[in-house]
Amino acid sequence: MLTEAWAGSVAAAARLSWDLHRDLRLVLQYPFMRNAFVAGAVAALMCGAIGWFAVLRGETYAAHTLASVAFPGASGAVYLGLAPLVGYFGFAVAGAALIAWLSPLGPGGGERHSATVGAVQAMALALGFWFVSLYQGFLSSLSGFLFGSFLGVTRDDVMVLAITALLALGLLAIVGRPLLFASVDPRVAEAAGVPVRAVSLLYLILLGCAVAEASQFTGVLLVLALLVVPAATASALTARPSVGLVLSVGLALVTVWAGLAAAYFTNRPVGFWVTSVGFAGYGLARGTASVRGRWTRRVVAA
Amino acid sequence: MSPAHPERNSVVEALDPPGPGPSPVGAPTVVAAGVAARAGGRLLFEGLDATVTAGQFVAVLGPNGAGKSTFLRMLLGLHPPAAGSLTVLGERPGRRNHDIGYLPQRRSFDSSVRIRGVDLVRLGVDGHRWGTPLPLVRRLFDRARFEQEQRHLDDVVARVGATAYGQRAIGEVSGGEQQRLLIAQALVRQPRLLLLDEPLDSLDLPNQQGVAALLQQISADGVTVVIVAHDVNPILGYLDQVIYIVGGRALAGPPETVITTENLSRLYGAPIEVIRTSSGQLVVVGQPDAASFHAH
Repeated sequence: MLTEAWAGSVAAAARLSWDLHRDLRLVLQYPFMRNAFVAGAVAALMCGAIGWFAVLRGETYAAHTLASVAFPGASGAVYLGLAPLVGYFGFAVAGAALIAWLSPLGPGGGERHSATVGAVQAMALALGFWFVSLYQGFLSSLSGFLFGSFLGVTRDDVMVLAITALLALGLLAIVGRPLLFASVDPRVAEAAGVPVRAVSLLYLILLGCAVAEASQFTGVLLVLALLVVPAATASALTARPSVGLVLSVGLALVTVWAGLAAAYFTNRPVGFWVTSVGFAGYGLARGTASVRGRWTRRVVAA
Repeated sequence: MSPAHPERNSVVEALDPPGPGPSPVGAPTVVAAGVAARAGGRLLFEGLDATVTAGQFVAVLGPNGAGKSTFLRMLLGLHPPAAGSLTVLGERPGRRNHDIGYLPQRRSFDSSVRIRGVDLVRLGVDGHRWGTPLPLVRRLFDRARFEQEQRHLDDVVARVGATAYGQRAIGEVSGGEQQRLLIAQALVRQPRLLLLDEPLDSLDLPNQQGVAALLQQISADGVTVVIVAHDVNPILGYLDQVIYIVGGRALAGPPETVITTENLSRLYGAPIEVIRTSSGQLVVVGQPDAASFHAH
């Protein structure tokens, strides 16, 4: 695995200028950066769409937990000599199924659901740390797992990410409308014949896949930067489902690419930049929504 | 709901494309014979006999925990009866749910729910269908149908008087406004039977009367309306039939025969007086309020 120090020596010559064309050429001159941009776009597409539903359903905590579950997956895979990607996906999807299986239904299920999620999260983090301690001296990739790194993305990884995203988004397109119904209005959806429980399980698994993809860039601790922040920004700006979904994907894409470029030029962690860009957008959107709301009220009152 | 609706448009006319539509007035919509309900191992009620015909406005009354909501869920086939037979729209419960509009108890959306009221109404039409709607693509390639559906949606939203706030996020509008949009959601699929669980709960008095009047109009258009309530007085003037479920027993029939001082006192096991006002309206006095029955 490549190290951050190596990236520093590459990027040392790169200086940001006002010539955007030159900047772009600089950023894309190395294969590992091109891979990172493509993989980032794939992850953004997936996280923007799946994350929008996470925000609507109020499942951001479940998203964070699935990321914590991906951590022992990745560290365990490295310990066993497998690709981290295998661990990310395997554990995130298994974690999603576990949460769905343990979560109770019925009245008050919501609160107990969050308790289940919390229990799974604690166990996952402990397990991840256990694998790290088994594997002596790989602390440099530990920080990569937790806070993200884009250097190790190979062409094969990009292929795996793209195929997974295609499958996941295909499934999401099939269940999109019933999922929307089950998310905002589960009891009426049930009466209308939507298999609410099955749809929720499928959604958690898709969420697990999205988490595994995002973990590649942001690290497991900053997954929400890609999965939740763009979606929350879009939701603050519009209550139209179709516009919100498209906006969420677009914002995720801008966030990832801007974050990657900033990381390249500053030689600082990509997780930090992706999160900062996303959060700035979120702050702006909330401010705009608040000003717009006050303005509308004044117009209505007048 | 603006009381001065320009043309008194019937729900049936407002809804196109024409679907199965309401059945002829007088046909039985719900037939219950000796129905008993059990939940969590506890007997809720038994011996419920009732026949509800098309276009009737029916209230299911009784204290909290008596099994009123369970009865609605039984009509949807979501809760099996413990005994007796139950027929809904001529078949066993659950078979004809696409002809039933359902509004569960006390759904309120907090301000974090970022989806428009009209989107929620639209889910009443096609929310159960697989796939993902692409409004932009449909507007371009299937314009005629798209616009027809849009008109239908607008009509139903106008029918419940929600046009002014239908485009706002559901979490931002008031409880009464949410309730009207939810009724629109239940109405939009042209149901023959409308089941509403406590639709007047949490509404202030003018809103209660507005919603009750709206429901009566809907039933006058041939849609059977069954609502759960625990206070009978705001709706008593509109009802064709009442079903009382109290303390394990059930009693159904037209309000004049069921709502009498003797019947209610016997059901509740407490003195209750039914008074007829000078205008001929019934008023129930001394009905044990919901609070004293909260322990269940």
